[in-house]
Amino acid sequence: MPELTIRDALREALREELLADPKVFLMGEDIGAYGGSYAVTKGFLEEFGPERIRDTPISELAIVGAGIGAAMAGLRPMVELMTINFSLLAIDQIINSASKIHYMSGGQIKVPLVIRMASGAGSQLGAQHSHSLEGWYAHVPGLKVVCPSNPYDAKGLLKTAFRDDNPVIFIEHTAIYSLKGEVPEGEYFVPFGEANILRPGADVTIVGYSGSVHQSMRAAALLAEQDEIEAEVIDMRTLRPLDIDTVIESVKKTGRAVVVEDDWRFGGFAGEIVSLIQEMAFDYLDAPIARVAGADVPMPYSRALEMAALPSEPQIAEAVRRMM
Amino acid sequence: MAISERALAGVSKEELSHLLHQMVLIRRFEEKAAEMYARGRIRGFLHLYIGQEAVAVGAISLLKPEDYIVSHYREHGHALARGVEADRVMAELFGKATGVSKGIGGSMHLFDASRRFMGGYAIVGGHLPLACGLAMGCQYEKDGSIVCCFLGDGSVNEGAFHESLNLAAVWRLPVLFICENNFYAMGTAMRKVSALAEIYKRAEAYGIRSEQVDGMDVMAVRRSVDEALKLLRRGEGPVFIEAITYRFRGHSMADPEFYRNKEEVEHWRSLDPITNFRAALLAKGIITEAEAEEIANRVEREVRQSVDFAEQSPDPPLESLYANVYAGPDAPVDGWRGRRGRQSDA
Repeated sequence: MPELTIRDALREALREELLADPKVFLMGEDIGAYGGSYAVTKGFLEEFGPERIRDTPISELAIVGAGIGAAMAGLRPMVELMTINFSLLAIDQIINSASKIHYMSGGQIKVPLVIRMASGAGSQLGAQHSHSLEGWYAHVPGLKVVCPSNPYDAKGLLKTAFRDDNPVIFIEHTAIYSLKGEVPEGEYFVPFGEANILRPGADVTIVGYSGSVHQSMRAAALLAEQDEIEAEVIDMRTLRPLDIDTVIESVKKTGRAVVVEDDWRFGGFAGEIVSLIQEMAFDYLDAPIARVAGADVPMPYSRALEMAALPSEPQIAEAVRRMM
Repeated sequence: MAISERALAGVSKEELSHLLHQMVLIRRFEEKAAEMYARGRIRGFLHLYIGQEAVAVGAISLLKPEDYIVSHYREHGHALARGVEADRVMAELFGKATGVSKGIGGSMHLFDASRRFMGGYAIVGGHLPLACGLAMGCQYEKDGSIVCCFLGDGSVNEGAFHESLNLAAVWRLPVLFICENNFYAMGTAMRKVSALAEIYKRAEAYGIRSEQVDGMDVMAVRRSVDEALKLLRRGEGPVFIEAITYRFRGHSMADPEFYRNKEEVEHWRSLDPITNFRAALLAKGIITEAEAEEIANRVEREVRQSVDFAEQSPDPPLESLYANVYAGPDAPVDGWRGRRGRQSDA
């Protein structure tokens, strides 16, 4: 199977969808002439033209709102926002319109809109370019929230997002765009709401998504090597719908769980997963569930401090050791 | 303000009678809604359009069925002018299953996709970018359809106003923005909070063809909209109309109206768009007293029937609470848990 980066896998998905459906079009800041700030849409303007690859003003509210309106008119738009931090300028459109129109119209109108945005830290981009706010969107009924961690999922989930009749928030972790992995040739789809067991294990369940999956896998390797602890690592893939069943089955087997996320710990999405485990598998727990999350600080620029603010494999391994 | 003979020339008697009927229908419907609100049959917020009827009727009477309408939270008049059945609008205000949005939307969220009435929205200015997107749809289809987007004067100080007008202008989107300037954003006078109170000039600043029109005169609104539609259908970009109008009632039924004096309200009431239009049609011999009476009686029956319909309609079933949170056959039952919608529980 060919190996692709996440960036290239995403580009393949977008290209296939543009070719498959004339109602698909892309718009966003610098997606055309510039090629996309993370180079995902490179070459598209030349291939598909300015009607379908639209460079927009820096005007997040308006372009997301226009994406919603275009979706209401029967088109299949994708809006790219440079980072999740900038999506806050469009949050009214996402939460007050995109997520609610189908419901408040009594089911008359669909909003098949994909909103892609980059999230996460690790590149010393400072406090206003570095946060992981996907949990905020997962809080909202009416939205679907997708957080791929590898090239295979990135392509398959993005294609599923395009075929979905709902607004989908598609979150790409900035630190892993260049990560390579196997991507089969030809069309395939990864369904929403199906977590992926990346590594089986009997002693503890480590739950992650997006970038945190990679720290979790490294921590699991560390635990196996140094402590003879076999951790089961689950990649949630989508936060909404959330495949809690897979987590519960795993916790019933292992009796222990650590939930890892890049986002701030206080009020973060990991708390939701912990709460669901507690509600649904309390009798199976041998230890309190642990969270390993980002520090509750605006992201610092300094390399040393930024690393200290993010979850790391030693932190995850230590959390596991404490509960054994 | 008298309606001139010239304004009425070239419009058929049927059309003029229809305009009168639509305005009277909106007026009586809302007077009845206010009564039902006072009796506790309608709850929540109820923002009446009384006084502004000429804007909705003047503009919407010229739209084609394939044109889209997007509106704000004071949208009963726009829905009725579009031909949405009074029964289903009243049922929506009552929160009934037979309502135009199945009782889910309420007064501020009337939708009728079959008439391309794409909704009333209650975040001030938040619907303007949606209008731009719908217009992208029109542009894509290349069928000459356009979007008519109503907005209030309160929305012009929102960022959404500026971002949307800019986007509409740079992409030459076929949107007709109709700003209903009734001088008050809730209870705050526009003059006090706007660096530039002449709203059409703000649109001009984006290079958008823009004008001010007497929003108390249905024929003046029509003339302005007619010109705008010619430009829009030729693909000549967005048009902005500032209709000067006035709401005779408070912002909502909860408004004690401390912010404006009686003389001002009385002055504007003397410019009543319905009274004056009816008087003009009678004076010019276009309709007879008996015909005017017949319109009033017909409206009376329609409105009474809409209340009966709403009263007799069932509440939405409780099972519908989770319906339509998501679209699609595999929509999750409770919105968040389980694989592809399978409901799992503790």
